[in-house]
Amino acid sequence: MNNSVTNTARLLGAGLRALLVLTLVTGVLYPLAVTGIAQGLFGDKANGSEVKADGRVVGSSLIGQSYDLPPKKGQETPEPDLKWFQGRPANGLGTNSLNTRYELLLSGATNLAADNKDLVQQVEEAKAAVVEDNSVPGHTVRPSDVPADAVTSSGSGLDPDISPRYAELQVPRVAERNHLSVARVRKLVDGHTEGRTLGFIGEPRVDVLGLNIALRELVAGS
Amino acid sequence: MSSVLAGLLQLVALIGALALVHIPFGTYMARVYSSEKHLRVEKWIYKGIGADPDAQMRWPAYLRGVLAFSAVSVLFLYLLQRLQGILPGSLGFDPVDPAQSFNTAVSFVTNTNWQSYYGEQTMGHVVQTAGLAVQNFVSAAVGMAVAVALVRGFARSRTGDLGNFWADLVRGTLRILVPVAAVAAVILVACGVIQNFSGIHEVGQFMGGSQQWNGGAVASQEAIKELGTNGGGYFNANSAHPFENPTPFTNLFEIFLILLVPFSLTRTFGVMVGSVRQGYAILAAMATIWLGFTALMMWTEFAHHGPALQAAGGAMEGKETRFGVGGSSIFAVATTLTSTGAVDSFHSSFTGLGGGITLLGMQLGEIAPGGTGSGLYGMLIMAVIAVFIAGLMVGRTPEYLGRKIGTREMKLAACYILITPALVLVLTAASVALPTPPHSMLNPGAHGFSEVLYAFTSASNNNGSAFAGLNANTDWFNTTTGLAMLLGRFLPMVFVLALAGSLAGQRPVPATAGTLRTEKPLFTGLLVGAILIVTGLTYFPALALGPLAEGLAS
Repeated sequence: MNNSVTNTARLLGAGLRALLVLTLVTGVLYPLAVTGIAQGLFGDKANGSEVKADGRVVGSSLIGQSYDLPPKKGQETPEPDLKWFQGRPANGLGTNSLNTRYELLLSGATNLAADNKDLVQQVEEAKAAVVEDNSVPGHTVRPSDVPADAVTSSGSGLDPDISPRYAELQVPRVAERNHLSVARVRKLVDGHTEGRTLGFIGEPRVDVLGLNIALRELVAGS
Repeated sequence: MSSVLAGLLQLVALIGALALVHIPFGTYMARVYSSEKHLRVEKWIYKGIGADPDAQMRWPAYLRGVLAFSAVSVLFLYLLQRLQGILPGSLGFDPVDPAQSFNTAVSFVTNTNWQSYYGEQTMGHVVQTAGLAVQNFVSAAVGMAVAVALVRGFARSRTGDLGNFWADLVRGTLRILVPVAAVAAVILVACGVIQNFSGIHEVGQFMGGSQQWNGGAVASQEAIKELGTNGGGYFNANSAHPFENPTPFTNLFEIFLILLVPFSLTRTFGVMVGSVRQGYAILAAMATIWLGFTALMMWTEFAHHGPALQAAGGAMEGKETRFGVGGSSIFAVATTLTSTGAVDSFHSSFTGLGGGITLLGMQLGEIAPGGTGSGLYGMLIMAVIAVFIAGLMVGRTPEYLGRKIGTREMKLAACYILITPALVLVLTAASVALPTPPHSMLNPGAHGFSEVLYAFTSASNNNGSAFAGLNANTDWFNTTTGLAMLLGRFLPMVFVLALAGSLAGQRPVPATAGTLRTEKPLFTGLLVGAILIVTGLTYFPALALGPLAEGLAS
């Protein structure tokens, strides 16, 4: 009995020493070495790919933001500022999961099921809003024109991109609100559309922050 | 190019990359585990541990090593979380409460990485980097060690010796996981994954005001999270978070990392048992299931059945624009057919059948290609079952790799395949039958049942992904999933090592004209069939109540 207790203690001691040594290697040396290389070679990227405009940091090229009007008194969800291109909807909010409000410390999805009535309602409301917001005199958006990414929440709640179709759909509205010609805005969108990597990896996409920064410059210059 | 074609091409690229790399990498791993030489740094480590790396262990000693190391790891990780308040670099986060600390400690030590906490709001730098990330390495190395011990059981004869656990643990970590993870981490940073130690800070926004950011050693953890088939995200959104998985390329690269070790280990197996064709037969069975599942997943996700997805015009709920439906489908299958559980899109919002595919993938026992190590030993157990079934059909004593599969071997294999289903079904039934646990469900109806079934399937199989609508941070779920993870990890290891010991002690039987040729396509087919039938029969009633009911209704 005594013998087996000593043996167990010896074994656990060996386990603890092994864990401590391996913690030193994989939990201290490895992350420090990677951090050193990362900061030395790719400092900007290792620190979050910050984007500057007019000499001031306006966010990360990888993280989505909301482009809303300042909330009015007593208003829970602020209204979108239709002058700017809008990202994926930020109203998806599961009752016990984290949300999609473009808050970096709150990443997560709605986790609502494909047959969940709340999700059906969210999607339908989002679609109605997209149709209404983007229909301008002389150009009516049909519900069938609205792509899926315009009415669904992303996985992270921080999706920086929209599909080229959704960007294209917003062109007439953005042109009207900023008193620009549709052709100029469309050219801007084309310039900010990124195709699939090597032609087949991922999906074509438009980075909304980059597009809005360029739009602001265009408005200021015209 | 259509999205479907782009998705298929990504799959082809993945197959090509794995086909190229698995041979040299698998052979290298075989050499690592067979080499007589110790590196100088390893000698220092063995001295520190106080273990003789050349001492051969029989299966009980090997198992005691696994259990002692894992027990100490659970305790260490538990204390690290409980003491977070006084640790440096804690970002001001409070100590994690006891039930959640237990759950998380068990979760990372068992290679599950189930997370009932929100990474960016709970865990500081020290717990993430010196606690959680360390287990990402060593839990993977433990899995590989047990797999290699089983392979030695097939490769050796008339000895009970299975190698030395400490040497296998240290070599797997130092010579295999650390170098590959380091290279992968740098590649990830080059693509935009963050790697810094800054605290929570404010960064300006386009519309004015600011957003809060937190830093972290994300790339170094992301690399081993995928390579070690761990899956615990630095952030709550896991690999959907742009700081963990910023581009379509990183998405494909992360899938490659997930599949790299499990597929390559079939080569290691082939080399170590002296017939690479035996390794190919196992590889073919894994690849068949993996490709079949991926094709099915793409089909159902692109077809986007389900009222909400139909209304939206595509299955983009819970998916990122840059990955799209194709990239997300490939990731979802890879993560659930291995023991990874990382997600780049949220399975709960997949189509009903798509969710069912992720569930079934885990229920197969995560063997196609499975976790680091656990995939290979799980698949070899199924191979034993398959030769047994073949033996019954022709009335011969079954043999595999020159070893007789007798009563003792079959009992051990049968125990192995019964454990996880028992855990999953009993705990799911208990959770649904008891009054309060169902309150954790987010979605009503069949999908709510799927959430609970998914939680226990994921925990017992050490996957760690979730139908994340379920609020798992309750005492009931923290405790029961914790137990499921522990039993689902270590009981199978007991049977695997016992089987290895029993095989290693045998005298090899020469192959005759009547021996089933286990390196032929016929055997691969039999193996795939046995896996699908055994799993299908076990889980069909539960699947019918959840994802099938949901999928067929829409």
